[in-house]
Amino acid sequence: MKIDFFLNHTFCTVDTDPLRSLADVLRRDFNQTDVKQGCGEGECGACAVLVETNVVHSCIYPVVMAQDKKILTLRGILDTSEYQAIKKGFSDAGSVQCGFCTPGIVIVCYDMFKKNVQPSKDTIMEYLSGNLCRCTGYNSIFRGMALAFEYYKNMVRR
Amino acid sequence: MPASISDPVVRTDFEEKISAMSRYVDDLTFKDMLYAKTVRSQRTRAKIKNITVPYLDDGYFTVDYKDIPASNIVKEILDDQPFFANGEVNFVGEPIMLIVGKDPHKVAELAKKVVVDYEDIAPVLSYEDSLSKHTIPIYGLNNCFAEYEISRGNVEKAFAQAERVVEKTYETGYQEHIYMEPQGMIAVYEHRTITVYGSMQCPYYIKHALEKAFGWNSERIRIVQTTTGGAFGGKEEFPSIIAGHAAFAAFKTGKPVKLIYEREEDIISTTKRHPSVITIKTALDSNQKITAVDIDIKLNAGAYAGLSSVVLQRAMFCSTGVYNFENFIIKGKAYATNTVPSGAFRGFGGPQAIFAIETHMNTLAFMLHQDVIDFKSRYMVKTGDKTTTGGTFRGSLKLPEIVNRVKEMADYKNLCSGKNSVNSVNSIKKGVGFSIFLHGCGFTGNGEQQVIKASTVLKKNYDGTVSICISNVEMGQGLGTVMRKIVASSLGIDISKVIYTAVDTDKVPDSGPTVASRSTMIVGGLLVKACEKLKQRWDEEGMVEVQADYQQPSWLEWDNELLKGDAYPSYSWGADIALVSVDTLTYELSIEKIWTVMDIGIPIDTNTLRGQIEGGILQGVGYSSCEVMSMKEGRILQKNLTDYIIPSSKDSVDISLDYIINPYENGPFGAKGAGEIPFLGVGPAVAGAVLDAIKKPVYKLPLTAEYLMEVIENED
Repeated sequence: MKIDFFLNHTFCTVDTDPLRSLADVLRRDFNQTDVKQGCGEGECGACAVLVETNVVHSCIYPVVMAQDKKILTLRGILDTSEYQAIKKGFSDAGSVQCGFCTPGIVIVCYDMFKKNVQPSKDTIMEYLSGNLCRCTGYNSIFRGMALAFEYYKNMVRR
Repeated sequence: MPASISDPVVRTDFEEKISAMSRYVDDLTFKDMLYAKTVRSQRTRAKIKNITVPYLDDGYFTVDYKDIPASNIVKEILDDQPFFANGEVNFVGEPIMLIVGKDPHKVAELAKKVVVDYEDIAPVLSYEDSLSKHTIPIYGLNNCFAEYEISRGNVEKAFAQAERVVEKTYETGYQEHIYMEPQGMIAVYEHRTITVYGSMQCPYYIKHALEKAFGWNSERIRIVQTTTGGAFGGKEEFPSIIAGHAAFAAFKTGKPVKLIYEREEDIISTTKRHPSVITIKTALDSNQKITAVDIDIKLNAGAYAGLSSVVLQRAMFCSTGVYNFENFIIKGKAYATNTVPSGAFRGFGGPQAIFAIETHMNTLAFMLHQDVIDFKSRYMVKTGDKTTTGGTFRGSLKLPEIVNRVKEMADYKNLCSGKNSVNSVNSIKKGVGFSIFLHGCGFTGNGEQQVIKASTVLKKNYDGTVSICISNVEMGQGLGTVMRKIVASSLGIDISKVIYTAVDTDKVPDSGPTVASRSTMIVGGLLVKACEKLKQRWDEEGMVEVQADYQQPSWLEWDNELLKGDAYPSYSWGADIALVSVDTLTYELSIEKIWTVMDIGIPIDTNTLRGQIEGGILQGVGYSSCEVMSMKEGRILQKNLTDYIIPSSKDSVDISLDYIINPYENGPFGAKGAGEIPFLGVGPAVAGAVLDAIKKPVYKLPLTAEYLMEVIENED
């Protein structure tokens, strides 16, 4: 089946089994290695991408559902001010260790900023609850996100 | 350049990881690459009668034990584990063969269609089974991979004269590493050489395992580490098997072969933390003083020996915790069962032993109506005291300082008296727990001198940069940053001038595996020595290469037969205070806060260290509370992340941490090991807090609601 979608602002077409997972299509057909696969069952969030304005776990998202939709992966947000703020916050707080969960977490963080959610510790914990990390214990990610939000507010103000 | 070595710098792998430029093994592809899928045993213990392989199209292959050029034995401590089953299987998930071909989905479908006919053999599934006359031992005559005994003083006499004897049994369950990146390897065969790329902790372990399996000399085997997405011990010994499989397939087909585990496959077939049953018997005199301790440790090693003998040694050596008991006997067994092999996991026997002794001390203090910290403080070791193996605690021990600092941080007195404030819901009981613990840094016994023989090289390049050549890997813990900092600070150059890359065994000497809290202390220490040599030759023209090899400190003596002497060159120390609440209606445990103080020498980088401590503590929280892995007739019941629950962000714990600065003379800038110790104290601190909350001792980890219900509702 032919499926069209926008991947990181570029129009794409793929002719494939409509029930293949979006993660598999992105990784193998589009070499989108910024989408990680940690469990294949929608639990770990390493494969998180934005489909329109929703964070989805692309490993359990059939590619047919992406028909005509806008998909954003980490590589698609590298030029945004949100990403720059996240990067600075995560750098200061040491929020990245093995890095495997990082792309999914950055996508969730980007979504939070886009939706203008105030990042209290409770909302951060809630937003991140679909993204497992085994290295950090999460606290450095919370600190990184709080710092990132401060940087982001200052950028937007300017 | 930071003012102090401890001041944090931006991790040197941060940029590539935050922008997802790092390449993990599954992100790599090679021209004409084939995919492999493992066919695994569905039986706990059986003879293989027949194997029927479905029709394979051109370009599709099987790979099994017959395709191994020299030896179907995985090189570890005992030669008992095959790469592929040959005629018999010993656990559910044991590899039998691979199906290899171009389309990964088709390969997976074909693997499912392989039919294996078995003839079942009565399995050994428990320690009791292993003693039964109705089962054939899996290993040796007594079904034990290792059995040791160490003692001091006159235990018999102390028990004979005891006023009171307290005996309790402590149990801990399996734990799965759940590194976020599943295991995987790619092997390439070209120019008569096998190259394996993959996720690993110990490149030279894999190299040696493949040399033996292929019967080739060292030049023909090359191991290249790819960005490694977490390991925690799970990528210590296991990757030799998966690397072997991929390599045999590449050798047979002549094409690159990728073998990546799916999560469920990873959970059922890779190593786990050893389940333990530890019985501690203490003799108390008329002054309620402990006069002797009798400790019996049983570790479930699974179907093959792996590293179980060393795990058992570490568990035994630290089983008296931080305490100096005049008389003790410690017996240990690592017994075989027809279950997935247990193996290395952060702490390596320590978490089980420390949980048992600390929980026993908590229980005794509770029974004797004494403050737990005061009770424990009476027995704590001091500088110059002897270790369980008759070695000496050298340097300056700072246990009182650690205890005082953690009490001060937690405001211990007020915390204990004010924890159940008037506002709290009636059914919710709060409790405070305390644990204190140690971890021997580096290999156990004379492993560094006899087995590892670490060698490091530094190269000053033509452009003035300096390359670090070691075989220790960055796996998320921050090693790349720490080693660069050590070299940059030693040489007085900017960290940007120091090069460290993922390990390639063709380019670096064997500085040993990335395990046992040894990398910073031992290998970092060697790099400081290499820097001293390089400084003396700094003005030489062109490329300058210097080498520093491990030399055992003259005071370190170890008898591997008698298990006597200094089991470790140095120890890290720590103490935790935990605040928990237990809902006595729902039996839910909530871990609210942990205060921790560590003596790890000096921090090389406070941000990196903080990551190790916070991450280690939350892994310990999972071990203590939600990470349940159980077996039914040798089959793991929790096979994916839906069933096997690791802590999510909502289970994270507020952590306050501090360090006691206490430089170790042989460590780089005074640093000791820090990777494992943060894990150790969590279980007993949380269990102690639960005891304090419900006023009943607990004896098992994890502290599930079901177990707490049993404890709360049952009469004593």
